[in-house]
Amino acid sequence: MSVAQETPVTTKQTPPSPPRRNGRWAGYTHLLAARMLELKREPEVVFWVFVFPLLLALGLGIAFRNKPADATRVAVVSGDDAQHVVSLLQSSPGHTAIHAVIVDVAAAKNGLRLGKYDLIIEPPRDGQVVYDFDPARPESVLSRDEVDQALQSALGRKDVIVAHSAASSEPGSRYIDFLIPGLLGMNLMNSGMWGIGFALVDMRQRKLLKRFVGTPMRRGDFLLAIMTSRLLLMVIEIGLLLVFGVIFFHMRVLGSVFSIALLGGLGSLTFGGVGLLTASRAQKIESISGLINLVMMPMWIFSGVFFSYERFPAAIHPLIKALPLTALNDALRASILEGTPLLQQWPRLLILGLCGGISFVLALKWFRWT
Amino acid sequence: MSAAIQCRDLRKTYDGKVEAVRGLNLEVLTGECFGLLGPNGAGKTTTIEILEGLLAPTSGEVSILGHSWRDDEREMREWLGISLQETRLSEKLTVRETIELFASFYREPRSSDEVLEQLQLTEKADSWVGKLSGGQRQRLAVATALVCNPKILFLDEPTTGLDPQSRRQLWDIIRAFQRDGGTVMLTTHYMDEAERLCDRLAIVDHGQVIAEGSPADLIERLGGHHVVEFAVSGTSADGKSDGAALQAWKGLPSVESVREDDGMVALNVKQPHLTIPALLDAIHQQGTQLQHLTTRQASLEDVFVRLTGRHLRED
Ligand SMILES: Nc1ncnc2c1ncn2[C@@H]1O[C@H](COP(=O)(O)OP(=O)(O)OP(=O)(O)O)[C@@H](O)[C@H]1O
Ligand SMILES: [Mg+2]
Repeated sequence: MSVAQETPVTTKQTPPSPPRRNGRWAGYTHLLAARMLELKREPEVVFWVFVFPLLLALGLGIAFRNKPADATRVAVVSGDDAQHVVSLLQSSPGHTAIHAVIVDVAAAKNGLRLGKYDLIIEPPRDGQVVYDFDPARPESVLSRDEVDQALQSALGRKDVIVAHSAASSEPGSRYIDFLIPGLLGMNLMNSGMWGIGFALVDMRQRKLLKRFVGTPMRRGDFLLAIMTSRLLLMVIEIGLLLVFGVIFFHMRVLGSVFSIALLGGLGSLTFGGVGLLTASRAQKIESISGLINLVMMPMWIFSGVFFSYERFPAAIHPLIKALPLTALNDALRASILEGTPLLQQWPRLLILGLCGGISFVLALKWFRWT
Repeated sequence: MSAAIQCRDLRKTYDGKVEAVRGLNLEVLTGECFGLLGPNGAGKTTTIEILEGLLAPTSGEVSILGHSWRDDEREMREWLGISLQETRLSEKLTVRETIELFASFYREPRSSDEVLEQLQLTEKADSWVGKLSGGQRQRLAVATALVCNPKILFLDEPTTGLDPQSRRQLWDIIRAFQRDGGTVMLTTHYMDEAERLCDRLAIVDHGQVIAEGSPADLIERLGGHHVVEFAVSGTSADGKSDGAALQAWKGLPSVESVREDDGMVALNVKQPHLTIPALLDAIHQQGTQLQHLTTRQASLEDVFVRLTGRHLRED
């Protein structure tokens, strides 16, 4: 064999450099730095974590701003008296918010079904008007009363009491004010579940976790670094969305920055724990994607991100309130919109803490590194 | 010399069904380069990961430099450099960042620059891992193993998929490590790699060591010294000569064993200059025609085929 004759490509001219010593936290700081660099270099992460929530807030905020949609849209079925009904509605005092059009029966029915009209008026026959509305749609129900009022008063009915109403579109009580804390909560959940759950399974599938375990790396430091990176991102996520709300929608933030940051941190850790638990055994990114969606789905629906959970039957409210995202959203809304002190919100904080803590402990027990 | 790696009666059964390793004994001496050679699914990766303490054996004992994984895991990790069969390092980190990351886990790592230079990655130090070629990635994997200044280097198929030149470079790196006193344990299914790189090797099949020794020794003992391969026109159409005809060749002088291989007859021969004239005579007497005749030095491949009746790589 000719092993000895081969000249090695690498010759060691440089004397070995004096060994350097790593401190206790060298592994942790390097893991954290590596994680942050990776996130920064991943355009998808930047989009989904930072840009997407802003776009969502912008879109929904504009769609529901000043709600011109509040004008009641009424279809009057064409017939002899149709024009009369329309002019009555228009002449009715204080009811300019009724927008009436004359269409045929089929178009009216179809429009009601599609949500184009809130109410159908069939013109009076034998002195009777028929309102056709959808009792399942709140705006349709409202519209029935409003139109009835307008018609009655236009025909001479007198109010028995003088009532003034104040329209409330002050910052703090508009849809966008409701929405932004909900988006914050949802974003913290999303990035906790994907940023930790998905990332870990990805590393497991790539055998990177196994490779790390083959070094003296402290496993606790590894998890700690992942959690820290989550907290750092959280600060940026919350900051961006709040600043955006304040600048574009003149949102008023009543709670202190400190309490909001604390809530954000708690929320991040809670969903980090849930993400860790979800990821504790899955081997394939396909299965973790399914699991994550399964865990998040009920909270998307019930936890009051886009609309209040008060609309669900009261019987299931206790269940809804036990969901961590509900607790987080409620706490964020109370802190941001009303300035409620955190101490008064201890039941919500307890739910978050318990949920995160239990997940964490179970995750550490079940976690597979290989 | 003392034993760097020892294992006794190692067994691993996956999910209670797949017996990947069935009673394996190994002893690797300090300063040795030891190879596990075997076909796909032989249990090489399972064995090496058990030795690395990454997989728990179903039963059996492992000792690394006299320590066991049960008692001294953290300390032992400081001594081992590992490269797994397939690790996909983070694509969005640079080569240097990756090496620095691994270095940060050890108490006294080597300088990253030195390792970069040794593995000829200096030029690529600031490229993202995702932009490296297969060979460069493989070298980076070895770099992450070498940066800790290990006493023992575990490499699972370090050169699979590399072009000949990259393989040779990696061999040199492994030899340099060994020259400095390191112990190497590697798996491969390349015969030439095992033959040139390893001081000793174990041929593994179905989770068992079927032969062990230095490459030269194994060839000497089991391969015969030379192989004479030939085909005659009388060979039946389906390419299989019948057993009796095959065994007839065994009577030729200096022949140690006979086998049928891919339509040819292969003789393990001690002294070809005695066998070949006799072979030609025999063919002449049979009245058949010689179609093909080659002779070559026996290799590990012949050892493997002799032991298992199969080729190491079916390609
Ligand atoms: N996690 C696992 N679960 C179940 N069976 C497994 C697992 N890992 C390996 N095996 C089985 O164990 C046997 C040995 O596999 P192993 O990976 O050790 O082989 P190998 O010699 O490294 O093969 P290769 O040359 O292809 O890398 C194979 O039959 C394989 O299917
Ligand atoms: Mg393998």
